[in-house]
Amino acid sequence: MLSEAVIKELEEIRQRYPNARAALLPAIYIAQREFGWLSPEAYEAVSDILGVPKTIARGVATFYAMYKHKPMGRNIVHLCTNVSCMILGAERLVDILKERYGLEPNSTTPDGRFSLVIMECIGACGTAPAMLVNTDFHDNLTQENIIQILESYK
Amino acid sequence: MEKTLLKNIENPKSADINEYMNAGGYKALRKAFEMKPADIVEEVKRSGLRGRGGAGFPTGMKWSFAVATTDRPKYLLCNADEGEPGTFKDRPILEKNPHLLIEGMIISGYALGAEYGYVYLRGEYPEANDILLNAIKQSYEKGYLGESILGKGARFHLYVHQGAGAYICGEETALIESLEGKKGQPRIRPPFPVNRGYLQKPTVVNNVETLSNVPYIIEVGSEAYSKIGSPDCPGPKLYCVSGHLEKPGVYELPMGTTLRDIIYTHCGGIKGGKQLKAVIPGGITAPVLPADKIDCPMDFVNMPKHGSMLGSGAVIVMDESVCLVKVCYRALKFLEHESCGKCTPCREGTGWLRNILGRIEYGEGREEDVELLLSVASNMMGKTFCPLGDGAASVVQNFIKHFRNEFEEHIKNAKCRFR
Ligand SMILES: Cc1cc2nc3c(=O)[nH]c(=O)nc-3n(C[C@H](O)[C@H](O)[C@H](O)COP(=O)(O)O)c2cc1C
Ligand code: SF4
Ligand code: FES
Repeated sequence: MLSEAVIKELEEIRQRYPNARAALLPAIYIAQREFGWLSPEAYEAVSDILGVPKTIARGVATFYAMYKHKPMGRNIVHLCTNVSCMILGAERLVDILKERYGLEPNSTTPDGRFSLVIMECIGACGTAPAMLVNTDFHDNLTQENIIQILESYK
Repeated sequence: MEKTLLKNIENPKSADINEYMNAGGYKALRKAFEMKPADIVEEVKRSGLRGRGGAGFPTGMKWSFAVATTDRPKYLLCNADEGEPGTFKDRPILEKNPHLLIEGMIISGYALGAEYGYVYLRGEYPEANDILLNAIKQSYEKGYLGESILGKGARFHLYVHQGAGAYICGEETALIESLEGKKGQPRIRPPFPVNRGYLQKPTVVNNVETLSNVPYIIEVGSEAYSKIGSPDCPGPKLYCVSGHLEKPGVYELPMGTTLRDIIYTHCGGIKGGKQLKAVIPGGITAPVLPADKIDCPMDFVNMPKHGSMLGSGAVIVMDESVCLVKVCYRALKFLEHESCGKCTPCREGTGWLRNILGRIEYGEGREEDVELLLSVASNMMGKTFCPLGDGAASVVQNFIKHFRNEFEEHIKNAKCRFR
């Protein structure tokens, strides 16, 4: 169930578009934020509010990489391994996350602290390697500072 | 050169409307509203501005198609998807100079008769989203956005739409589909978006940097503007340079600055004094160039003559330590992931190319593999629905064209000597 405040937020979003279907992407974002991931209840809520069938909402959501189709950890590490980051050592960083936290791409640590998502360029190539932790950018990563940074996320 | 796109961004409060106005912002808007919409379109045409999203299409020409249709409403969409790997040039405008983009969009909307605008912003830019929303709010408060801009009766409403991590949504027809709440799969053309775009209404899609050039064109006039940079392709250009450099970053320089100047004069040369090996000059799908081919003016007209393209202006610089088979493999892994799956040559071809490149890189390449790569690539080229598929084929063809030895060496020795 969504709170009244969230329903109001969704209705406001709906007003930004000429029709309800067009508001589907932002509505899915809101549902994901509220339910933590795109659970059956999340699709139910989106479908109720926009009048878009659940199967359609799911079909659209699975096309996009930033929607979460399973429960995630408390902190989501989005680490870029595309070329500008790769040539400056991003792959070694992936290994370090595995060594230090047992964290592998597309998985969550058993304590639910971190999930790791490998990204395709996050627009921080000039300060590569880079990652987004939740919505915070961290640039110029090294084998040492990546652990220091992540230690501040509990 | 005086900075126009990145003007004032050293000011920590540059995203604030008052700081923007103190630096001369929103003056062009006032000037534009004293002009007839058709005269603005004419000015943009005469300026020679070409779209900065990658294709370099003349902006004034696109606009004149859009004003020729009488269907209403019209939409102006700003492409802020910035997904081409290596590209981070729109980000400083979005985060540090959002009012320049907003002012450009209001003027453009007025010129085009578009009453609604959306910024399609990539989901990976959460900070830019907050900054833009705040800037739009400020602009409404000053009466620059809304039902009657500057009290003159013209209306323009502007919204931000967050993407959700799909590179193909940067392609303008896929962007439109996505903004309609669908999967981002490209549409067949014609009809062109200028005639039937968003919800089948006339729609202009322009890149962030393109729209951000408009206030300056209005301010100084098309004649002065067209004297900046290359004669056939004028204006200031944002080059975003990454990789093994002393000073990577975003540089605003005259269009047509040579690749050598960008790397050695502006970015301080190769990091640690190492040797340059190769450059990808225009984002990952632009043809790679070897170190001895960098004396080329970086603009839309000259780069094709030098065997590559300007693309998004994303320069990726690689020193001698880089394995180019691996870079090519990583690029194809990306393109396979981002292929929208609509057409078979791209959906299947990108997977095969990635697969073959992977086995070469990991020491399991077969003697016939280089030819096999070229044959798969030529079966894709020209046979795909949108440029992503062609781009994938061209990446492989160009890496092999310039660095065939490196592929053959991997196969012969059954290993990569760079690991
Ligand atoms: C696969 C693909 C990805 C693209 N990504 C972007 C992008 O991220 N940003 C952009 O402005 N244009 C992108 N484009 C180009 C757009 O289709 C379109 O040409 C551009 O937004 C038009 O604006 P402009 O004329 O101002 O350049 C992409 C094109 C293709 C084929
Ligand atoms: S070329 Fe690739 S990305 Fe473009 S429409 Fe075909 S499958 Fe989709
Ligand atoms: S390649 Fe990693 S941020 Fe662009």
